[in-house]
Amino acid sequence: MKQEIQFVLNGEQVFADVDPQWTLLYLLRNVFGYTGAKKGCGVGECGACTVIVDGEATNSCLYPVLEVEGRHVTTIEGVAAPDGTLHPIQQAFIENNGVQCGYCTAGMIMSAKALLDQKPDPTEEEIRTAIAGNICRCTGYVQIVESIQMAAARMKQ
Amino acid sequence: MGAFTYHKPATVGEAADLAAELHGARFVAGGTDVVVLLKQRKIDPANLISLRNVAELTYIDSADGLSLGSGVTHTRIANHDYIRARYSALADGARVVGSKQIRNVATLGGNICNAAPSADTACPLLALDAAVRILGREGEREVPIDDFFLGPNKVALADGELVLGIKLPATSEKSGSAYIKHSRRQAMELPMVGVAAWVSVSIGGSEERCRGALECEHTPDVIQLLQNEEVVLEDVRIAMGVVAPRPIRAREAEAKLKGQVVSGALFESMGDVAVSECQARDSFRCDAGYRLEMVRVLTKRAILKAIDRIMRPGREADIDLLW
Repeated sequence: MKQEIQFVLNGEQVFADVDPQWTLLYLLRNVFGYTGAKKGCGVGECGACTVIVDGEATNSCLYPVLEVEGRHVTTIEGVAAPDGTLHPIQQAFIENNGVQCGYCTAGMIMSAKALLDQKPDPTEEEIRTAIAGNICRCTGYVQIVESIQMAAARMKQ
Repeated sequence: MGAFTYHKPATVGEAADLAAELHGARFVAGGTDVVVLLKQRKIDPANLISLRNVAELTYIDSADGLSLGSGVTHTRIANHDYIRARYSALADGARVVGSKQIRNVATLGGNICNAAPSADTACPLLALDAAVRILGREGEREVPIDDFFLGPNKVALADGELVLGIKLPATSEKSGSAYIKHSRRQAMELPMVGVAAWVSVSIGGSEERCRGALECEHTPDVIQLLQNEEVVLEDVRIAMGVVAPRPIRAREAEAKLKGQVVSGALFESMGDVAVSECQARDSFRCDAGYRLEMVRVLTKRAILKAIDRIMRPGREADIDLLW
């Protein structure tokens, strides 16, 4: 039986009729058509589904949909400015080859954003800890870490 | 996932009433274990009772010892300055669970109720002598954490009982603790072996020279210099994970150390005793023999790390130092 929930998605108040068995990831992809968050492993190991809930990076594949009620959810679709100007983290990933196949990228950027929102000037170790739950099988992580460092430096200016 | 009804109580009272009413209901907190079990169809409850919105379970109170609600997340524990300084082993354990995404929602209560033999907060809680606050039909009761773990994924909870939180005794200036997770990777990993130690010491010689000793590069030199300063292990608790069906105290090894001046020979014989208390087995992570060898190394290191925290308290952030 469906239940109605209400929450803030990328700054906008939204409603949805949901099944209790759904996860936040299912809701985002199948109801709202926001396919930036990916289903990789489905059990919280890979981080491809990472979104920000109330300021914290979270695996949306493990987030019971009824818990979304009243919360603020930010996905990769809500990261760029309304006029389409990319967020400094997105821009840095492009310029610095932080993206290869792209599957991990949305989750990686959400983890990076949650970190920089809380800690504008992180150490390399803090960056590595923040993205340790996001698996990338292409880049070897070095360009990703450098992209986040570049974004942090630009955001400070 | 099978169909279930999802309940969202706002108070402990409501949660307990639901549990009493709905036989066989499953509590879920952060969901990082329970949702995985649901997806894998290893559990199929008709009712889930969510504890995520029960604000009463999210307290951190350091007025008398340390009291933590079962709903406190690993992130909050890992970032809590007082816990890092005074209950370091618990912060060590909380910061190495899963990933940031997991730690942001996964709770202390969930970690101990899931009761994996490898749970990273289990050894710290054993070494810190925690008591578990449990709410049942007859009211509240307290169980020592050592009596709470029964076996893999088995704890001393009756149907409908709820863990409210844990209580840790007050610590003195001359006590310290540490947890070492031995794993191949630094994240998204379960330990091959985990060891936590809590010690309280007295120092016959100079504290300043003890601090100097801890600067030495080679462990045997550190131990010799601490021995020269007559560092006595007045009280010790050691806990070991993934060496038995449940996390265990190394009580005989503790007895061996109690009241003794630290020395290489003492650590050597303590290691033998700690190994004799294990029931390690082979798994895909590593062989039993390797686990036992690591018990020898890590019990010593965890104790040295705990001593280091007493002697050089400002350095609690330096948790990746070898011992």
